[in-house]
Amino acid sequence: MSEADFRLGGWQVSLRWELRQKQTPLLSALTLLAALAMGFLCVGLAFMLLGVDPLFALGKIFLGSFGSLYGWKETLTKGIPLFLISGGLCVAYQAKFWNIGAESQLLMGAVWSTWFGLRFGESISPGLGIPLLFLVGFLGGALWGVIPALLKVRFGMSEVISTLMLNYVAAEFVSYLIVGPWKGKSKYGYPYTEDLPKHLLLGTIPGTRIHYITLALGIVISLLLFLLLYRTKFGYEVRVVGESPEAARYAGIDYVRTVVSVMIISGGVAGMAGVGEVAGIHHHLSYPGNISAGYGFTAIITAWLGNLNPLGGLLSGLFFAGILVGGDAIQISLRLPAATVHIFNGILLFVLLLGNFFLNHRPVLQIRRR
Amino acid sequence: MVGLIVSTLHRTVMAGTSLLLGTTGEIITERSGVLNLGVEGMMNLGAAAGFIVTFRTGNVLWGLLASLVAGVAAAALHGFLSVYVKVNQTVSGLALTMLGVGLAGVLGKPYIGQQLPVKLQAVELPLLGDIPFIGELLFHQDVLFYTGVLLSLASWFFLRYTRGGIRLRSVGENPKASESQGVPVQRIRFLCTLWGGAFAGLAGAHVSLSYSTSWTEGIVAGRGWIVVGLTIFSLWNPLRGMMGAFLFGGIFVTQYILQPLGVPPNLLAMLPYGATLIVLLLDGLRKDKRSLHAPAALGEPYIR
Repeated sequence: MSEADFRLGGWQVSLRWELRQKQTPLLSALTLLAALAMGFLCVGLAFMLLGVDPLFALGKIFLGSFGSLYGWKETLTKGIPLFLISGGLCVAYQAKFWNIGAESQLLMGAVWSTWFGLRFGESISPGLGIPLLFLVGFLGGALWGVIPALLKVRFGMSEVISTLMLNYVAAEFVSYLIVGPWKGKSKYGYPYTEDLPKHLLLGTIPGTRIHYITLALGIVISLLLFLLLYRTKFGYEVRVVGESPEAARYAGIDYVRTVVSVMIISGGVAGMAGVGEVAGIHHHLSYPGNISAGYGFTAIITAWLGNLNPLGGLLSGLFFAGILVGGDAIQISLRLPAATVHIFNGILLFVLLLGNFFLNHRPVLQIRRR
Repeated sequence: MVGLIVSTLHRTVMAGTSLLLGTTGEIITERSGVLNLGVEGMMNLGAAAGFIVTFRTGNVLWGLLASLVAGVAAAALHGFLSVYVKVNQTVSGLALTMLGVGLAGVLGKPYIGQQLPVKLQAVELPLLGDIPFIGELLFHQDVLFYTGVLLSLASWFFLRYTRGGIRLRSVGENPKASESQGVPVQRIRFLCTLWGGAFAGLAGAHVSLSYSTSWTEGIVAGRGWIVVGLTIFSLWNPLRGMMGAFLFGGIFVTQYILQPLGVPPNLLAMLPYGATLIVLLLDGLRKDKRSLHAPAALGEPYIR
């Protein structure tokens, strides 16, 4: 409960927030809608301050993403990594492990699978090679994700800082690889690795860039993660650890094992998203900013928007993929820089936080004459 | 040779100044119990506001003022939400970083590659500046360096020896007990958040007005996150914070020293981030010491 008291003329105004006993689904839906409406209002204001007609810009964003068949194709393509990553982040965040490093876990999945594909790809059949590609990518992301988990449980290092620092390290590492030792000889001096062998490239739905294997993986894995979180003992333990590590220890839950498992999952699925980007879209490793359009950061918001439920993450992932696509559209037509999407993200995260607060607290306003 | 060493150390001090300012501010914020992970965002806004206003007015002082205001305004958002509305501070700080980085990127876009007409000049202090070596190193710096050092020393003294400092710390250690003693917990926390924002804004200004004088996207380059790391490394003690800031200034400069030796630039660019991890790791080996120093109520909203 929190209070704010102030005097207005001869009146005493007090505003208190009481903890809500329970949240109805209707209330949840209404708060979510209200938060989104407020978010778009703020984003519109930001556009106005930047000298852009907000209705025109917002219209452009949504027409660009959901207003045409082409837009839908691109939206689904960009949704694939978001589905995977936000599912994993839901698991980590439910344990209150603030993994901000999905961006680099994705990159490490891309690095490992590129290495595997270039090194062994020629001698493996696609039936074996493609599953192995995803497995290796999962391992790459998981190992990179386990580092901050170990640093936290062994040395008490804040995971926010360690995952962020590892983001910078991984991005420089990828850049080093593509301009240095892994630079492809057939690429005419461009900073790319060689292309993966043709038979390891992921098939796309004809006429689109939608690599359907990764899309299917994203949907199935979100479903599995949902079941894991809400239908298994492990999921229960994750939430207890998130509520209170103390209580978890008291209940005999292994804190170290839970945190490490959570990061294997979260890092691993982000790594699989990296496989999709390399084998499905680019066909080689290139600059970190090309491999991921900030998916690791955008997924933080999709996870929250989906109320940390992997199935909700599918919906919010699609929504945000649309914003990314629409963002590209207005970048071109309104000549706005790529950073515009970060403004969007920041504002929406703020209003979602506010919405969450309203969902958990009931305002009680009292006005008395003094 | 001596000249080379002095100039290297001089650059070290310059590179460490923004970290010093940011860390000094964040220590005060965190000591009051508020965790502000938005330093990177506030520094970006400070850097952009400072650059744009200086570019437009041709006056560095207006630029510095703009940076300060930008930092405070950004911190006010986080302060309001985390102190009064009591939202999750980790997420609010992240949102602030996204917003700050985004706004700085958009506002700074037209200025990419532009050179400032004036920069924040080094000021040579009378007498002190004449001391051999030390004078050159420490008293031929810009105003923000002097401000940072003085305020860092002052913060240390304030936190340790004054009544106000004790009240500030008590709010971060045990807000309930402080309030029963009549200390206005929420107001102090909010003000400390603003104070940290002012410093972060100036830290950004140092990056864009002194350390570099042309605008590039992502000019702050994770320094805000290094500040968050240094705050932990400092054990919330401004003097240790100063030491850490200049240590990291040295690491930034090491990049330029090693470059001619043929080390790939991408690997060198990892240095500050890797060093942050290593420093915090070494710090973690003395976990007992840290739990002794960390404000007990850090990051927890105070709910009556």
